[in-house]
Amino acid sequence: MTEIFVLAEHRQGQIRDITFEMLTKGKELAGNTSSDLTAVLLGKEIRRQAEILSKYAKRVLLVEDTKLENFNSEAYKKTLSKLINEHKPLLTMIGHTSFGVDLAPNLAATLKLPLATDCINLEFEGETLLVTRQMYGGKVNVKATVRKAESYIITVRQAAFAAQKPALNGEIVEASSPLTEEITKKRFIMYVLPPPGGIDITAADALVGVGRGIKDEGNMPIVEGLAKSLGGVLACSRPIVDKGWLSNDRQVGSSGKTVKPKLYIALGISGAFQHVLGMKNSDLIIAVNKDPNAPIFNFSDYGVVEDLFKIVPILKNKISELKEAKT
Amino acid sequence: MDLIVCVKHVPETAEAEIKIDSAGKTIEKTGLVFDINEWDDYALEEAVRIKEKSGGIVTAITVGSEDADSTLRKCLARGADKAIRLTDAKFEGSDGYAMAKILHSLIKELPFHLILTGALAGDDGYTMVGPILAEMLGIPHATMVKKIEFSNDVVKVNRELEGGLEEIVEVKLPTVLTIQTGINEPRYVSILGIRKAMKKEIKVLGLADIGLSENDVGEAGSWMKIEKMFVPPVEKQAEFIKGTPEEVATKIAEIIKSKGLI
Repeated sequence: MTEIFVLAEHRQGQIRDITFEMLTKGKELAGNTSSDLTAVLLGKEIRRQAEILSKYAKRVLLVEDTKLENFNSEAYKKTLSKLINEHKPLLTMIGHTSFGVDLAPNLAATLKLPLATDCINLEFEGETLLVTRQMYGGKVNVKATVRKAESYIITVRQAAFAAQKPALNGEIVEASSPLTEEITKKRFIMYVLPPPGGIDITAADALVGVGRGIKDEGNMPIVEGLAKSLGGVLACSRPIVDKGWLSNDRQVGSSGKTVKPKLYIALGISGAFQHVLGMKNSDLIIAVNKDPNAPIFNFSDYGVVEDLFKIVPILKNKISELKEAKT
Repeated sequence: MDLIVCVKHVPETAEAEIKIDSAGKTIEKTGLVFDINEWDDYALEEAVRIKEKSGGIVTAITVGSEDADSTLRKCLARGADKAIRLTDAKFEGSDGYAMAKILHSLIKELPFHLILTGALAGDDGYTMVGPILAEMLGIPHATMVKKIEFSNDVVKVNRELEGGLEEIVEVKLPTVLTIQTGINEPRYVSILGIRKAMKKEIKVLGLADIGLSENDVGEAGSWMKIEKMFVPPVEKQAEFIKGTPEEVATKIAEIIKSKGLI
């Protein structure tokens, strides 16, 4: 019976959420294609993690090797190549994460197997693999067919699928490591933690998030004023940190913080997936953006299609007035 | 150190309203402003900074039509020494894999120590060209790079992971690094710099010049083929507040107050 592989992603002992999201989708696909769902786990001293994964898959394929202790795309590529060549899975699912994007394209090129990246959905129509992806920062979706092959590789966007509770009791199968020699062309050295201190945006009840639409560093006091009037904190999307206008402890999104304040006001933020991932579970979301088709409006409770500079100063005054009236 | 930077000429869509064209496979490009892909902009700046420190030359390469010359001119104005544009009607419809093949067929003939490109392209977001190119060249790679440090024949890079975490990875030269935004602050180009760059040569090569066949490129040479483009389905549509700025601001303030947040 053919298999669907899900590569388990883990870091510092923790299995990452994307793994369970892929296993959930993988289970559905396995059902549709009469395949077995196999979680592939590579690492060192990871029995405990294998036990956890066995509740989500028909089988856990486990390879333990000191050289797999930390993620290294070269070590993973060699090991996965062997497993894919031996098992010929119909599909190998890898997270579209920092690890996954380092590995999957390189692996696909090595095996000469077709790869579809950053998929938000996938299905088999007969023998054809159809994937859904986003383009232009999430402003449009595309359906694409993947070139016919006996085995496919895809990377899956984080949070594209909701992880379900464990419902299986799979077997754990150990496979030998093909890594006989030390990998010298690429070596993991160490993790670097974000510097301590700074502001904790995850603790704020009200966040004012600012994006590209702010245009100039000189405009920052305008939005800062609004945050202050609300007794809240200023946060931002990636471009603001890249430009050095705010420090990275203020960044909301997949490469920054995940926040869940009572109020999130998004100003001049288009709503690229990476940002939305970090704020979509806020209680109340209000977005101001000039572009009526900005994706941010699909995740907001209230939207205003307008230049933020026309709204923010007045809004700040209104809030201050209401505050004064209260006291 | 000789450096190659792969850049892409893309429409700026972060703040533009975009429409799907009538054939339903791509967006309407008229009226959009095109520029160097944002990630590639940082890659170019990093390459120029490395050259300024260690010597060598920077070659900027793009795949695209004549319009893409403006992106190459920008690279030249910012400090690239050479510019090459690969172009052919047959390249149309290429995904990241076909793009990597096109780039590889040229780059394998060039001298280099380091290849830099953006971690992804803002238009198609494939996030695959760098690592595929590395595999084709038989050299290592590292993606999502936020810091580069050289020591002898290796390069130590900080890769961006999720949630503010980074990892340091050591890679042997020659290598391909894909650059994440924010690694540096791309320099401003003066009008004079652009004028000077107008005089520099841009070498143009086609399919036959790089020894590829029709089947290697475009849709035929790609892993993915776009069948249909559509507006993303809406999970939760915002309730739009309309009116004058005064009215809108009043309404928002009331909503915030009604939730007990003032």
